[in-house]
Amino acid sequence: MAQVEVRGISKHFGEVRAVDHVDIATAEGEFLVLLGPSGCGKTTLLRMIAGIETPTSGDILIGGQVVNNLPPRARKIAMVFQSYALYPHMTVFRNIAFPLKAQGFPREEIPTKVEWAASTFGIEKLLHRKPRELSGGERQRVALARAVVREPSVFLLDEPLSNLDAKLRTSARDELQQFQRRIGTTTIYVTHDQVEAMGLGDRIVVMKGGKVRQIGTPQEVYNEPSDTFVAGFLGSPPMNLLEREDYIAGFRPEKFLPVSVYDTGEPLVKLWLVVHRVEHLGADRLLYGIMRDTFPNEKVIVNIPSTVDLKIKTGEAQEFAVKEKDIKFFDRSTGLRIEPRRFWGTR
Amino acid sequence: MATAEERPVQAGIRDRAELLAKLMIVPAIAYIVAMIGFPFLMAIFYSVSDATTGDPTLRIIGFQNYAAILSDPVFRLALKNTFFFAFVSQALVIVFSRILAASLMQEFRGKWLARFLVMLPWTAPIALGTIGWLWILDSIFSPIDWILRNAGLLGTPGALLGPETNMYWLGRSGLAMASVIFVHVWRLLPLATVIQLAGLSSIPRDLLESAEIDGAAGWRRAVEITIPLTLPIIGIAFLFGLIFTFTDMAVVYVLTRGGPVHSTQVLSTWTFFKGIQGGDLAQGAAISLFLFPVLAGVATLMLRLARRTEVV
Repeated sequence: MAQVEVRGISKHFGEVRAVDHVDIATAEGEFLVLLGPSGCGKTTLLRMIAGIETPTSGDILIGGQVVNNLPPRARKIAMVFQSYALYPHMTVFRNIAFPLKAQGFPREEIPTKVEWAASTFGIEKLLHRKPRELSGGERQRVALARAVVREPSVFLLDEPLSNLDAKLRTSARDELQQFQRRIGTTTIYVTHDQVEAMGLGDRIVVMKGGKVRQIGTPQEVYNEPSDTFVAGFLGSPPMNLLEREDYIAGFRPEKFLPVSVYDTGEPLVKLWLVVHRVEHLGADRLLYGIMRDTFPNEKVIVNIPSTVDLKIKTGEAQEFAVKEKDIKFFDRSTGLRIEPRRFWGTR
Repeated sequence: MATAEERPVQAGIRDRAELLAKLMIVPAIAYIVAMIGFPFLMAIFYSVSDATTGDPTLRIIGFQNYAAILSDPVFRLALKNTFFFAFVSQALVIVFSRILAASLMQEFRGKWLARFLVMLPWTAPIALGTIGWLWILDSIFSPIDWILRNAGLLGTPGALLGPETNMYWLGRSGLAMASVIFVHVWRLLPLATVIQLAGLSSIPRDLLESAEIDGAAGWRRAVEITIPLTLPIIGIAFLFGLIFTFTDMAVVYVLTRGGPVHSTQVLSTWTFFKGIQGGDLAQGAAISLFLFPVLAGVATLMLRLARRTEVV
């Protein structure tokens, strides 16, 4: 096990700054998720940690040792690629045994080791098959087994679930996390899927344009976003952002409910909303509306759990409210989080 | 009056896909029949006849020509030489093109120049290129000999390559075969390199990076990953070169004319000397047909491999 740290790391491809002066340090055994839209530099960052991309500047430390000049094989890492990168001409057994053979593991101990890794992921019966004879989920397990077999000190995972169908992804996510907790190996996981990031990560690093926008636990980045990008990127539907003259106010769709739902004495901000469309999603109802008598073009999304039994009529104005403490404020020009202030619901 | 829009749309030939397909393939079939099928049948016909360039009459004599060429020691030597020439040159081509392709996959300064130079022999007319080599390997004025002499390796008593002033590259049987093979390799290397480059660049980058992380560098990566993955393409390059070598006479003809004493004689040159220069069309045809079963087998194997390559 080891901590991974990057210090002031950058990667430039010509004029493009794929990764721009990033500092991150994992804790021992942590599950760290790099989250961001495509092209934000998260995969490049992972590839630099793996050693298959050379940083333009900055240092990479694994277990306290600078590994900038070490080849990938000397970094004690294992990586799972989005495509799984299984060797198509080898059986599952030979795929899993490959890193052991390549690193000069004693030949007679290889079968035991391979069987142990295979049993960890329940693929003992597939050992004699070729990758093309496997389903997507099976391939993913083989890729994980091949990563685990050499007992690396760091796992690097590049969107390993994105090629699975939605149902399989949920169960694979669960297995992956259980497995990581069990072996306790520091893991860095790249994804563009915020649900995956929220569900898996001990902490999430939100990236955009090669820069880190926020690092925090899933609760922190969700509830206390550091800027409007993070506020908009996490959460589905995203945070409602309302522009005022000197600031941007934001609140989550699920924190904005009909006034009648509230029974506490907490200070509320009440707003009139004209609902023009309702989406029934099963567990939730999404209401798309426009603020009445404030800013006529401001669109707001409301997320009401289906347990709240309320008649919502489209086309009519209804009074909704959000708790004052649930409103986040951002600077209008920089988008950065600012101190709470009085929210002007109406003009 | 009926306007263009009102006129009912009729199905034209463009809509009759099956008929159209047949029509469009006719030129290709006509070409194959006229340019390949007809000469091939003529060759078979000649090979069982007594056709010569000097006599307009023609008699069917059965397999006498085949019996005659088989009992000819020059033919048997040429047959042996053909196989030796083809397999040795192709083995060398595969090894060298592999090394070249692997180096050209790397990023380095002046890569475009290296690629350009590798491709250059392919752009020169083969007869001219080989004549260039004919001069380089000249028995008296060979610049290679001049370099060897000046390096003290040749032409003095006790020199590594002997006391004679020249190597006589094309004048000694072993050296002549080696020279012919060398020039043929030089000539086929560009194409094989391009084929191998295509094979190497078809390997997904993820696989190579994964191998790198797994700890396989250099030889192990080549032996366990890249060579097995590109084996079908290597096979195609090999078989293609084999057919090409079996059927080509340019290098041997220009450099040695099959000499000295038939030591570089191959079936293609022997066909030419017997059938065209010697005027014995019938025996020439029989010699040229001799390799047909081998070539057909190699071609079939090549097509099979090509199909397998698509699956990967």
